[in-house]
Amino acid sequence: MNLALRDVRRNKLRFVLTALGVGMLLGTVIAMTGIYEGALTDALALPRAEGAALWVVQPRTFGPFAEPSRIPRDTRDLVRRMPGVAAAGAVTFQTVQTAVGGKPVRMFLEGYEPSRPGGPPDLAAGHGLTESHYQIVVDASSGLGLGERVPLGPYRDPYTVVGLTHGMVSSSGDPMAWVNLLDAQALQFAVPPPLQRRELAAKRNPPTTADINAVLVRLEPGASAGAVEQDIARWKHLAAVPEAQEEGYLTLFVIQKMQQQLGMFMGILITVSAVIIALIIYTLTMDKLRSIATLKFIGAPDRTIVGLIVQQALTLGVAGYAIGLALVMLVKDRFPRRVQLEPRDLIVVFAIVIVVCLAGSVLGVRAAVKVDPAEALASG
Amino acid sequence: MADAPQTDPRPRVELRGISKHFGEGERRVDALAGIDLTVRAGEMIGLRGPSGSGKSTLLNVVGCVSEPSAGWMRLDGDVVYDARWLRHDLRRLRLMKIGFIFQTHNLLPFLNATENVAEAMELAGMSSRQARTRADGLLDYLEVGHRRHAYPGEMSGGEAQRVAIARALANGPRIILADEPTAPLDSARAHVVLDLLGRIARDHEAAVLVVTHDESIFQRFDRLISLRDGRLVATEEIGRAAGLAAEASLPTP
Repeated sequence: MNLALRDVRRNKLRFVLTALGVGMLLGTVIAMTGIYEGALTDALALPRAEGAALWVVQPRTFGPFAEPSRIPRDTRDLVRRMPGVAAAGAVTFQTVQTAVGGKPVRMFLEGYEPSRPGGPPDLAAGHGLTESHYQIVVDASSGLGLGERVPLGPYRDPYTVVGLTHGMVSSSGDPMAWVNLLDAQALQFAVPPPLQRRELAAKRNPPTTADINAVLVRLEPGASAGAVEQDIARWKHLAAVPEAQEEGYLTLFVIQKMQQQLGMFMGILITVSAVIIALIIYTLTMDKLRSIATLKFIGAPDRTIVGLIVQQALTLGVAGYAIGLALVMLVKDRFPRRVQLEPRDLIVVFAIVIVVCLAGSVLGVRAAVKVDPAEALASG
Repeated sequence: MADAPQTDPRPRVELRGISKHFGEGERRVDALAGIDLTVRAGEMIGLRGPSGSGKSTLLNVVGCVSEPSAGWMRLDGDVVYDARWLRHDLRRLRLMKIGFIFQTHNLLPFLNATENVAEAMELAGMSSRQARTRADGLLDYLEVGHRRHAYPGEMSGGEAQRVAIARALANGPRIILADEPTAPLDSARAHVVLDLLGRIARDHEAAVLVVTHDESIFQRFDRLISLRDGRLVATEEIGRAAGLAAEASLPTP
């Protein structure tokens, strides 16, 4: 056993408490990488679950997720009749805020047409929509259960939960929910009766509720997505976005800001960790100056002294990393957002910890190398 | 004087014209001025002098911790310093040929007795297993083997000093330097430590140089050297016959 480990063994409590502190910092860094990966997975879960080859949206927008997109509902019929298109489904997306049993519930709501592209993926419990109105499928992360009634819209119409999905949340972490397209259109576009009366009195057309946000397109086997995309683009009021590009919009516009924020926090935390590790190692070294002088006096080479300090820094970093990882593993399922730990990220964080420990031991190493062996002769 | 030690006439340490100064010009301080000294195998020498007389500086020079400003030194036949400032690997010399005993034991607080002694051997390249076996043997030799698993903080002053002596003997040193090794001990334990040093000098054919202020132990040395203002001012030939005779009657610590 080398000197560093023997010192750790002799001062277990001090080491454990220090490693715990470093571990909490590193755990936060690990959690942030997991939150980013989780957000990416969440953001891409919905478009991937839809299984659409093309998304037809309002032109010159990055809709329907990065930007609002509003197109007429008959777009679905128009697209469906195009060569190469196997199926098309109209969808709407919106965030709804309500309360169930006194508890606030926020969901990302998709309106879809049953039996057409769109709608929830495999259900974990219950069944899909079987009626034209007032049924809802929700993700289990909303905390809602089958049979519960969810009040939605300006008149708080009750929607009954008939199905549950698992692990389907929006890019902002809100649980997904699905209702019939007609219900969703009413929730998104309907105006209250007084406004309708006012518009009619003014001899203006009241706002329509027949709009949608996008049409999901599935292609026939062998059909060219590029050709269908070009065909759709002939209508100047429509644009077709391939699935991969839609994912790109989500990653680039919706997730990037979060990535920058998390990256900045991680940078700050890693810097704080480096400063703390450097201070701890420096303090531990200063505590051992007399021992270091004695070691030098009896003939220990500098590499032994440097090894003592660097190994102690690495031991602290590795132990802190292990503690941090264990803490994240313990709490990640209770975290309000998906925390997805990827081996690649864990390796990168580990490598950063090693570099930080090596850098953090520089002060201690400098102090130790400067120690004059003759100081061992000083009494006291 | 029938039991006087059979000293090896070969010198373990030879100093000729050793001087050491600090600073230059008006700030120059001559810590050592032309020291000539020979210490032979098996010989135990006491070094005394008032504060500032140069004892510690001499110990540092003989112990290869600091270089002299002038003069030459030969250690176990090898020239360490000479007039042209040639020098050996001082660290290696300290490790392999010199044993140190400090005023306060200076044991590493995070190592137990065996590990403290074995560490010096491992630094010299011995395997951990061999070093531990030899360390335990040395602790037994110094009658402190029963404390081999104790840490310095758990030992009495006398026990810690014995472990420190065992560490000094770890690599079979040719010379042992002790800096007031009896200062923290009471009179009885001080004599026990000196008995051990005398036995080590005899058994290991090592030269022992002890810095001390303790007048009660002056008679235990073969020679007592007095330093003043960096110069050797007196050498008393004493002999250890009385001390060796007393050694047999001392209680085992």
